[in-house]
Parts: sequence; C-alpha cells; structure tokens
Amino acid sequence: MADSIANDFALYLKMVSQSIRSQLQYRLSFLLMSIGNFVTSGVEAFGVWALFDRFGTLGQWSLPQIAFLYGLVNCVFAVAEGLARGFDIFGSEFVKTGNFDRLLLRPRSTVLQLAGHEFQIHRIGRFVQGAVVFGWAVWMLGIDWHAGKVLLLVFTFVAGVAFFYALFIIQATFSFWATESLEIMNTLTYGGVETAQYPLAIYRKVFRRFFTYIVPLGCITYFPAIAVFGIDDPLGSSRLFQYMAPCAGLGFFAAAIFLWRFGIRHYTSTGS
Amino acid sequence: MNASAGLMLRLAPYLSVVAIRFKILLQYRAAALAGFGTQLFWGLIKIMVFVAFYASATSPPPMSFAQVLVYIWLGQALLALLPWNVDSEIATHIRTGGVAYELLRPLDLYGFWYARTIAFRSAPTLLRLGPMLAFAYLFLPLIGLSEWALPDPAGGLSLLLFVCSLGATLLLASAITMIMHIALLWTVSGDGFNRLMPGIVPVLSGLTIPLPLFPDWMQTFLYWQPFRGVADVPLRIYSGHIAATEAGFEILLQLAWTAIIIAFGYWLLIRGRRKLVVQGG
Repeated sequence: MADSIANDFALYLKMVSQSIRSQLQYRLSFLLMSIGNFVTSGVEAFGVWALFDRFGTLGQWSLPQIAFLYGLVNCVFAVAEGLARGFDIFGSEFVKTGNFDRLLLRPRSTVLQLAGHEFQIHRIGRFVQGAVVFGWAVWMLGIDWHAGKVLLLVFTFVAGVAFFYALFIIQATFSFWATESLEIMNTLTYGGVETAQYPLAIYRKVFRRFFTYIVPLGCITYFPAIAVFGIDDPLGSSRLFQYMAPCAGLGFFAAAIFLWRFGIRHYTSTGS
Repeated sequence: MNASAGLMLRLAPYLSVVAIRFKILLQYRAAALAGFGTQLFWGLIKIMVFVAFYASATSPPPMSFAQVLVYIWLGQALLALLPWNVDSEIATHIRTGGVAYELLRPLDLYGFWYARTIAFRSAPTLLRLGPMLAFAYLFLPLIGLSEWALPDPAGGLSLLLFVCSLGATLLLASAITMIMHIALLWTVSGDGFNRLMPGIVPVLSGLTIPLPLFPDWMQTFLYWQPFRGVADVPLRIYSGHIAATEAGFEILLQLAWTAIIIAFGYWLLIRGRRKLVVQGG
C-alpha cells in the first residue's frame, strides 16, 4: 500500500516535471502568459485599492486586512488552478471528445492521470501578485506572530489549495452528465476568489451560511485570518473554531474525490 | 441605379453575414443560461460589497448608490458585449490556414470579419439581457429586495439616449474585438496581447469598479480612453449620472473612437496580410 502510494507520487512528480519542461520550450510564450496572468489578476488589487482610496474604510475593516485576505486567496487559487488543469478542461477535452476512454484503459487511477495532465506554470503570474499583496499586508498589520499562527497559516494554505482543487474536481465530475465543462462552476472558482477578497462578515446571512457549511470558502480564508489578526470575530466564532476551520477544506477535497468516483460509474462514452 | 441603391447592394452581403451569424449564435442557449447564473452571482456579491462601502462613506461619493446599482446590473447584463475575447472560429481560421479561403472571397476581409464580429458580440448579449433584466428589475422586488433592484431610468429621454448609446457601444466593442482578431495574424505577440485584454478591459470600461469612483486625479485619463465607451457611457446615461443634455456629445465621442479604431484595424490588417504565412498544408 505505502509502496504503491510512493510509486504513484513518483510518477506524478515525473509527469509534472515533464509538463514544466515542455512549457519551457516556448520561453517567450511562457513569459507573455505569466505577465498576462499577473496583469489580469493584479487589476483586481488595483480595484480594491481604488475603493479604499474613495471610501477610506470598509466598516471596521482596514485596507491591510483586506489585502491579507486578497493575497491569501489569490496565492492559494493560483496554485490550485495551475495543478488542477486536467480537471478544469476535463469536460471539453476528455468527455466531449471521448478521450477519457483512453485514460480508463491505463493501469493507473484516473485522478492521478488527470492531476498529472498539465501543471500550468504561467499561473505564477497570479501567485506573484498575490504574494506581493500578502507580503505588504503582513508588513502593515504588524501581526504578533507565534508558532501557532505560523502553523495555522501553513495549514490554511494547504487546505485552501485542496479546497479549490476540489472545486475543479467537482466541475469535472458534472461533465460526466453534461458532457461539457460548465461555466456555472466559475461562480465558485473565480467567483470564490472575488468573494473571499472581502470579509465574510459583510455578506448576507444566506451567503455566509453557504460559504461556511456547504462550500466552505470562509473556512480557508476568513476564519483563519481572524485568528491571525488576533481580533474578535464580529460573527462570533470562537478561536478554537478559527484554528480548526481549515479542516473543512480537506474534508471538502475528500468529498469531491468521493463524488468523482460516483460520477465515473455513470460515465457513458461519447466516442465511436 | 442611384447612389444609395448601389451602396445598399454593396452592403447587402455584409448585412446577411451579420444576420446569418446572429441566428447561428442565438442557438447557444445553455451557455447563455450558465452565463446568466454566473453574472447573477457576481452582481449580488458586488452589491453586498458596495453596500458595505457605502455604509462607511464619510463624505458623499461622486455617485449615488442607486446609480451604482444601475451600473452593476446593466453591467452584468451587458457583459458579453465587452471586447475581452475573440471569436474562436476566426482564431481557428488563422491558426489552421483557413484564412486563405477567407482571402479568396469577393468581399473585403475587414468588412466580412467585422460583420461576423458584430453578430458575435450582440447575439450572446441579447440572450442574457432578458433574464438579467427580469431578475434585477422584476424578481428582486418580489422577494423583498427592492433596495437591491435595478432602478428605473432617469427619464424617458435618458432611456432613449441609452438605447442609442448602446448601439454605438456595439460598434465600438466590435471594432476593438477586430483589433484582437487581426492581432492573431502575429501568432505569438498577438496571443500575448489578447491575454492582456481580459485584465485591462473590465477595469478601463468600469466593469470592475464604476469609473467615477476611481480617484479624482485619474478621471481625466479615464475620460479620454476608448474603453469607457463600451460600458461606462451607456450605463451612466441610463442612470442620469450623465445628464440627457450631455449624452449626445458622449455618443458622438463613442462613434469617433469607433471610427479611429476601425481605421487603425484596417491599417493593421493591410500590414498583417503582407506578412501573412498561411499555416497548414
């Protein structure tokens, strides 16, 4: 068992490194795509800044606090988006074309094959801009760091990547029925990034509940951030809950894998 | 044959290209429905963010909250007009060498593609417009959220001028999309240019944040750039933020930008054709 996991992981790393090497063959293209990714995602930061310049504050929230949330969710999303490309395009490039049959014939799990399909390195553009904003926020906030907070941040990062990865898996799973990649999932992926840039507390109750208990976006951004800020949550959550919240991201990932296995059983090929 | 009949005869093939493509693109109803769901969600999130910002405003912002609501809902309803993506069929023609056939047609290539582009920009917009307006104008008040609903236009004249301005928006957005199509003739750098557009266009058109809310020192720059004409101008005419008396000038400005960008696109296409290498065998 442990042997096969190690072997799977080695194979995954090999696929990722091959994907990176093939993308680096087109250096100019890679550079332009990274800059494009940096700019398209970075203008959002500019928009947030402009709103603060106009309004001063967002209720009790300051610009550095929003920048913290913004940087966190953008970094996490950039990694997930880069890693989960195989699932992102699954509907249009595997189901619609019938190519998924080829994956099913190979003696490896479909999850592994799709995970290793492509690692999009130009997503580094979004990651870098998110990291810059995040760095500025941490510097401005003067957070009183201790080991617990650092661990929480690392945990949040991992759980956040798992959360967004899970959304791409769910999107791919839906295409077993829809034979297309559904644009509606963008509301949760790209829309999730947009939503999580602002504190959960500013949204209506229905939205807050949805993003806490059903799609636990708030658990990998807002709640741990409150603990890192060291402030009281206006929504009234306890410190313990804030530290444990990122678990929901991992749980969401497990649920997505479960859903995927269920979906495969309902797959009918479109190929001839 | 008099001159106007001759002109109509020459325009006829382009108009039928618009009509045919328009009818084809109206078939993509599932995509429109998905787009509607997405834009609805974005609209609601944006409104909640602006509610929070407006609640903490210390001095009156240069735009009322009702005007922001117009901006958000009409902006979401007209999102497909925004020139941020390309017609994938034209892109495929260029990539696979099909452009050679396009050059053989007894039509002006710019005119032919521009006609296609007008249909490409307008048909998906039209499909999404109805459901969005029904939701934002009729449904929201029904569920007790009238404070989030799309407000009425500032007046009958404003509404009329809004529709005129929207026509200019379609011509301008299609002209900008044409630059993106023509840029594809320069394979690598064109691709890079087209990847920048989805980042730049929403900001400069006002879709990210209503342009009047940007810092005051940026307003002159924001006023004199063409992307304002693809969203900001019609949305502010509807809400009366641009008074009906000034709207005529604003629409002329939209048309002037359209003319400049078409001229630039024409010149670009001539240069692109000269260096064109037909791909594929």
